Amino acid sequence: MKYYSYFPGCSSSEGGAKAYDKSAQAVSKVLDMELIELDDWNCCGTTPYSSIDELSSFCLSARNLSLAEKRGFDLVTPCSACYIMLNRTNSHLKEYPKAKAKVDEALAAGGLEYHETIKARHLLDIFVNDVGYDVIRAKVKRNLQGLKVACYYGCQIVRPKLGFDDPELPQSLDKLVANLGADPVPFPLKSRCCGASMIISDEAAALDLIRMLLNSATSNGAECMVTPCPLCQLNLDAYQIQVNRKFKTHFNLPVLFFTQLMGVAFGLSDKDLGLKKSIVPVKKVLAKYP
Amino acid sequence: MEKKKRTKTFVEEISAIPGGEGIRLCIQCGTCTASCPSADRMEHTPAQLIAMARADMRSEVLSSNAMWCCMSCYLCTARCPRGVKITDLMHALESLAVRERLSSGQTLTPTMYKSFNYFVRSNGRLSEVWFMARFYLSTNPLRALGLIPVALGLIRHGRLSIKASKLTPEGVNQLRNILGKAESLGGVS
Repeated sequence: MKYYSYFPGCSSSEGGAKAYDKSAQAVSKVLDMELIELDDWNCCGTTPYSSIDELSSFCLSARNLSLAEKRGFDLVTPCSACYIMLNRTNSHLKEYPKAKAKVDEALAAGGLEYHETIKARHLLDIFVNDVGYDVIRAKVKRNLQGLKVACYYGCQIVRPKLGFDDPELPQSLDKLVANLGADPVPFPLKSRCCGASMIISDEAAALDLIRMLLNSATSNGAECMVTPCPLCQLNLDAYQIQVNRKFKTHFNLPVLFFTQLMGVAFGLSDKDLGLKKSIVPVKKVLAKYP
Repeated sequence: MEKKKRTKTFVEEISAIPGGEGIRLCIQCGTCTASCPSADRMEHTPAQLIAMARADMRSEVLSSNAMWCCMSCYLCTARCPRGVKITDLMHALESLAVRERLSSGQTLTPTMYKSFNYFVRSNGRLSEVWFMARFYLSTNPLRALGLIPVALGLIRHGRLSIKASKLTPEGVNQLRNILGKAESLGGVS
């Protein structure tokens, strides 16, 4: 059994990506890992905080890292935005001593210290590098051969260069999907932006990008898409209807969390994986692979 | 805030912010602009913004909508041949613009970010529903009408929850103390 401290992030805990947390936990159990939720974690602040108040943004992540340091395991998150904020804080604290001194002073006001010993890692990194493709392949129970999957990484899991995979043409998720027995399709836009939170403040800008992604995936024959990012999943799944309305298109592409597809391959139940939480229905596509 | 006479050039001011120091290294090759998914919506492209900042065009830069179009995809940062952290630079400009109340009226993004931060600051975690509600009420509530199909889909699939997961009261207090202290330290630079 391998143990990790687990940082679900806001959207996977009570927000729109609960199915991500559920399926991540279910799949981890199969792979003999335990994700132990960090007690009393706080929001990472993501781009809104780092844009407006960078020092507070570092403090938000430093508090989480400090809590994880007390326990000692690597801190794992399924969310790409949390992943980049935790990593950014770690690297900036090392690189900028002046910022580090201020963060230390603020942490002390809460009775905390952080000594930069905690590695923040993405769940995908854990599955492919700690568990490994061979172990994952050995757990597959359902034949998904022929299922054409677009592997959509998004931005903040691979960039800037903190990650475990190539910043522009990553491969880890494609290899994972291939080891599940499905067929990853060529997807040139696999690490391009989905519009992120601009979907709220500038919907037109984000819908343009979402349309390009859906177009690229479907024109390469994808029957579904998988992603390791809660915000990418939300934008591509929940806003597909807006893309269709605006551009008079007929996209009907299910978008799964990559952990859900892993669970499907492992033979876990729909309920354990929260498959019914997808807006664009997943069932029809998977029904072809009993 | 007390108004101090500026003794630093704009470039010096930016360079003091973590990630901003690279502004001196830019060779104006335009790779950032060509890589940016938002460049066509910006009043000034990322490369132009850097050139303007180096020409000390402080208020023009800080009142531009450009940095508010940044989606933090980090493609410019990954590709910059000089290692300039352009995404960090955009965040630095955003925080300066907010501090000086110069943020562009052409974009709703600063208001959206502030609505988000309000909940993080007060509860420690984000409730997506209340954040959206606060944002739409503080901008144009009518815009939310266009989102009814999206909201219905989310509700039907149990993905819009009005309750947020919570910290313990001690955790909330601890976080408030930390953030309160951070805010008293005069920014990151």
